[in-house]
Parts: sequence; C-alpha cells; structure tokens
Amino acid sequence: MSKVPYEVYTEDVEALTVLSPAGEVINKDKMPALTDDQLKEIAYRMIFTRTWDDRAVNLGRQGRLGFYAPTSGQEATMVGSEFALEKEDFICPGYRDIPQLVWHGLPLHQAFLYSRGHQHGGEIPEDVSVLPPQIIIGAQILHATGIAMGFKLKNQKNVAITYTGDGGSSEGDFYEGLNFAGRFKLPVIFFVQNNGYAITTPFAKQTASKSIAHKAVAAGITGVKVDGMDIFAVIQAVREAAERARNGEGPTLIEAVTYRFRPHSLSDDASKYRTKEEEGEWNEKDPIARVVKYLESKGLWSDEDTQRVKDEAKAKVNEEIKLAEKTEKMTISGLIDSMFETTPKDLEEQKADFE
Amino acid sequence: MAQMNMKEAIRDAMRVELKRDPNVLIFGEDVGHVGGVFRATEGLQGEFGEERVFDTPLAESAIGGLAVGLGVQGFRPIAEIQFVGFIFEALDQMVIQAARLRYRTGGKYNAPIVFRTPFGGGVKAAELHTDSLEGLIAQSPGIKVVVPSNPYDAKGLLIAAIRDNDPVFFMEHLNLYHAFRTEVPEGDYTVEIGKANVVREGSDVTIIAYGLMVHTATKAADELEKSGIKAEIIDLRTVSPIDIDTIVESVKKTNRAIVVQEAQKSAGVAAEVIAQINEKAILHLEAPVLRIAGPDTVYPFAQIEDTWLPNPARIIAGVKKVLEF
Ligand SMILES: Cc1ncc(C[n+]2csc(CCOP(=O)(O)OP(=O)(O)O)c2C)c(N)n1
Repeated sequence: MSKVPYEVYTEDVEALTVLSPAGEVINKDKMPALTDDQLKEIAYRMIFTRTWDDRAVNLGRQGRLGFYAPTSGQEATMVGSEFALEKEDFICPGYRDIPQLVWHGLPLHQAFLYSRGHQHGGEIPEDVSVLPPQIIIGAQILHATGIAMGFKLKNQKNVAITYTGDGGSSEGDFYEGLNFAGRFKLPVIFFVQNNGYAITTPFAKQTASKSIAHKAVAAGITGVKVDGMDIFAVIQAVREAAERARNGEGPTLIEAVTYRFRPHSLSDDASKYRTKEEEGEWNEKDPIARVVKYLESKGLWSDEDTQRVKDEAKAKVNEEIKLAEKTEKMTISGLIDSMFETTPKDLEEQKADFE
Repeated sequence: MAQMNMKEAIRDAMRVELKRDPNVLIFGEDVGHVGGVFRATEGLQGEFGEERVFDTPLAESAIGGLAVGLGVQGFRPIAEIQFVGFIFEALDQMVIQAARLRYRTGGKYNAPIVFRTPFGGGVKAAELHTDSLEGLIAQSPGIKVVVPSNPYDAKGLLIAAIRDNDPVFFMEHLNLYHAFRTEVPEGDYTVEIGKANVVREGSDVTIIAYGLMVHTATKAADELEKSGIKAEIIDLRTVSPIDIDTIVESVKKTNRAIVVQEAQKSAGVAAEVIAQINEKAILHLEAPVLRIAGPDTVYPFAQIEDTWLPNPARIIAGVKKVLEF
C-alpha cells in the first residue's frame, strides 16, 4: 500500500460530467444505461418539476401555499438521484426535497397539504418509503443512517438516501452520520446538493474545504463530486453508490454542484447576495435545456413534447391543489389525539378548552 | 426621542453596545452582510467590520460553543440562533456549557453571552420556527431568560443582557418585530433583568403574561372593562428569574390571578409562577390561579395555530371563572 507523505489530500476533485451544456455526451464510459423510454421519462419529470415549481411560486404568492422552498435549477439532482433508485429504497429529505418524495410516490396534493400547514401532508401512504420533509438541517442524515442499519440488520438489499445542502454539511449531525455509516458500513447515500448558498452565506464562507466530497475522507467512506446540472452524471453516481451499498461496500458521499435559480424561500430576496451575472452564467447550464438538446439530437423530443408536458403539469397541479384545499381542516381535538396511542387523561381534559 | 419598532430597538441596542465596548461581538447564520433573515443586524457589519459582526457556517452547536470560548477570552458574544427550534442543536452549549461555566471554574471564568433568537406563533411559519421554548431554558439553572413585549423594554433589556456577566437567553417574538412603534430613547439606558412591569392597574384580578401575550391580555382587559371588571396586567419581562415580589403585591390587592403563556400548558413558566404564588401568597387568594396556555401537543402545523394559541376570549373566560369561583 502506498503512503502519501506529509501533505495529504490537498488536491481539487474534478466533478463527473457526462453531458456537456451543449447536450453532447462527452464521457461515454460514464453514460448510464438508459432506454429511449427512460430518457423520455427523465425529460418528462424534469419539465414537470420545473412547471410545478413555477406554479407553486404563484400559488405561494396567492396565499394558497404556505412554506415553500423553490427547486428550479435543481432538477438534475432531484429527479436524477431519485430515478437511480428502486421503489423500496428509502428517502430522508430536507425541506426542499419535495420532488424526490413525489417521484418516489408521495401524492402531490399531500406535498401541498404539508406546505399549507396541514398534518395530513406528512401521512405517507403505506408503500411509499419516505419520511416527511425535515426542517432541522442535518437531522435527516442520522435517520437515514439508522434506516440503513435497519436494512442491513434485516438483510434487505436496499439503500437509504438522504439530502442536505452545502450549508447542511457544516452541521455536527452531518459528520456524525458519515462517521457512523462508515463505522458500520451502512448502505446509505449522503447526497449534498451544493447550490453555492446557505440562505445568504456563500460556499466560500461555509467551509475552507476544497469540496464537500473531501469530507468523506475523514470518515473513511467513498466521496465523489458530480456536475449537479447534468442528470446523467447524477444518475450514474447514484447508481454506482447504490450498487456499492447493495454489495455491502458501505456508504457514499456525493457532492452535486448545482444552482437554484430562485431565492432560498418565497420570503427571501436573492439580489441582496447574488449577482445577475452569476445567475446568468448558471442559466446557461440549465439541466433541462441540456437534456432536451440531447433528446432532440436523437429524435426523441420536440417543442411540442415540452409544451404537452407543461400543460399536463399545470392541469395536474391545479387538480391537486384543489384536492388539498378541499381536505377537511385539522381540529384541536384531532391534534391532541395524534400525540399518543392512547390519549392520557389530562390531555383528554384539555380538549374542553377548545370546544 | 426616536420612534422605533421592536426590531429597530433591538438593532439599536446592539449598535450602542458595539460602539461602547470593543469586546462585544455578533455572530450567527446570515447575520453579517445581509443582516439576518429578519434584518435585525442589518448595517452592523458595514459599520463595525467583519471581525466584530460575522456570518458563521451553519452549525448551532459550534455557534454556542464558540461563544463559550470567546467568553473565556474576555469577549462578550451576542450569538444569534436563527429560529427558536434550532436551539436544540445548541442546547448542550447553552444550558450545560455556558450556564455551568462560572460554577465549574469556581468563578474563574464566566459566560457573558447573549443568545438571541426569534420565536412566537401566529405567523404561519414553517415547523419549529415558532415554538415557545422558554420553559425549557428557564428550568436550567445558570441562564437567564428574557422575553420583551415592546420596543422600549427590548432595547433596555438587551443592553442589560449584553452587560450581564452571565448567559442570557433573549427571545424576540416574531409577531412583535414590526407590530408597532413606541418612543425609544437614543443611546444608552437599561431595563433591569428580573424585574416585572405593571402595565395596567386594576383591582379585580391579576393577569400575568409576557411577550405577545401581554398584548392579548390587554385586549381581554379592554373587553372586561366594558363590563366593569378591572384587570391588572403584569408583564414578566424576564421569565427566569421571576419577579415574584411584584406579583405578590398585585395578588394582595386583587386576590385573584391567571397566568397566560403561549407555550404548552404543563411544567412551564405559568406553572412556576403559580407555584411561587402558592409559596408566597396563598392566603391572599380567593380562587385557584388558572393557566391560559397552548394545549400539551406539539406546536401545530400552521393551519390551526390561530385556534391553538391563547386569545382574548379564552382569557376572558378564565377571568370569569376565577371571579365566579
Ligand atoms: C438546524 C437548523 N438551523 C438553521 C436552519 C435555518 N435554515 C433553513 S435553510 C438554511 C440554509 C440551508 O442551506 P443549504 O444547506 O445550503 O441548503 P439549500 O437551501 O441551499 O439547498 C438555514 C440556515 C434550519 N432549518 N435548521
């Protein structure tokens, strides 16, 4: 075994890219195997997700949604990472990772219910392996680690994936999760969407580390960095990580370098900390444009297809928001009864204050 | 005198202290360049530089622990925890490390830290942004808990907190940041930590409240006055330690009391207030002291928070109950 003398790991890591911004496959070895139907499905999901985000922002402005964290720009990381998984694999999301939940099976109207501050938004259907969005940054990383240990103990060949941002990679929970997962060789994927900002704090002020992928080294696990605007690179990296996990080779930290076109949340003004120039540069790397160009070159996609998906997405969003709006309101009694399996006497008494 | 809302008053307090004492530092997530998610520290980095007002990486335990270390070095940190639900990540540093430092080092070191955090319901924020966690901290010895209800108090209390040589948890109600303006003196003044304020005099019942609930109680008292019931309202201002003397004095006069808190009912500040009334003034009571509070559930998702939170009607019903006892 070779030893690195004195200075250790100071080099930059290059991000895996498969598809160029011009829509050409520039790294054939790493192009994930995808059928034409799968390619079309990917384009469909990405465009659907973008349209839904556009609509959600409007619904937010109209007061029909509550807390909502925009996703535009992150379709490659969100759609791609989920696409690379099996249905029985488990997703532990952060507050922004709603697309992964929905593509993994959470009905859209439930995502809207969650946003509208309704408890039933978190009532996950039986066969959907996800937890509700997590507000505490980093907490979900440890849950995924535990879920992965569960898979291992039960000899189940599934993986858990968990998401956080560049900011989230500073939390203690992040390091504790990586270290545990390494120690127990757990089938878990830590997927960091590095979109350059934690609310207003730029990456350069978040860490002195050259990349988040480097942080895997200290935990003794595999760390990789991918172009997060390139869905093929994302799919490839997650597939490889999932395969390692299923083979008992332990966890992977994936850093995907991406960008969010909209501000952190609906109540935030990005012009206070981002420049128009920077936004323009990232626009050129739009993950959807890239895939569409590629599919068009293969004769698999046209403008009409894009329009059709947009129309479908709009109609679906309208339908699902109405469903959310029609859902019966929560009650204090219902809330009280949802605290314990059997409501204790003193809590029973408290219902009277609200009748 | 200047007119300020509570947020401006809080910012002004920090500016006054940054100017007065070079050891005062401000740090936390996003507090620097942009001035925080509520802009409470807006402009301070520009005025005092990045060494004194700075953004940290996203790590609350590190923010708390950094404050402890800087306190050991003689600095006076104002550490912002962006929203109240995230104090749990910093809890060890706040209520164990900071709060026990003086005791553990036999007085050699102390933790002159202010932990500032927004909290408080009725704003339909995301989960864990609004919970009233003051009771949790109040149960921890060695740290004071301050909850201002208006701009004047906020500035005076915050300056007092920054000058306090022990850790202070300073909670700013989200619904009060922009609610109204009052006259706030320029420059330097303090409001004593641990001293309650009689905000309205009355003879029939004492309503003890703090934070936004002082205003909710005032609305109830206005209503009650129409039917000839005169409520006295005490604003605790500090929920740990509690100014029991002011409360006892009032109870001696009114013989009846209720305590209003946004937090869940059990084992909290209201329970402590009632315990102390029992210890010091039970023979002056004509009726049991009631709590008007949130029920013992998790803080609910946005949709029903307005029903969940104490409102004037529930306070009025409580007052009638103690009057008719
Ligand atoms: C423990 C905790 N601390 C602080 C926050 C407040 N907060 C919400 S989002 C955010 C920034 C997150 O940045 P990043 O992890 O990079 O994710 P992004 O939203 O950019 O995808 C902060 C500080 C929180 N939700 N949880």
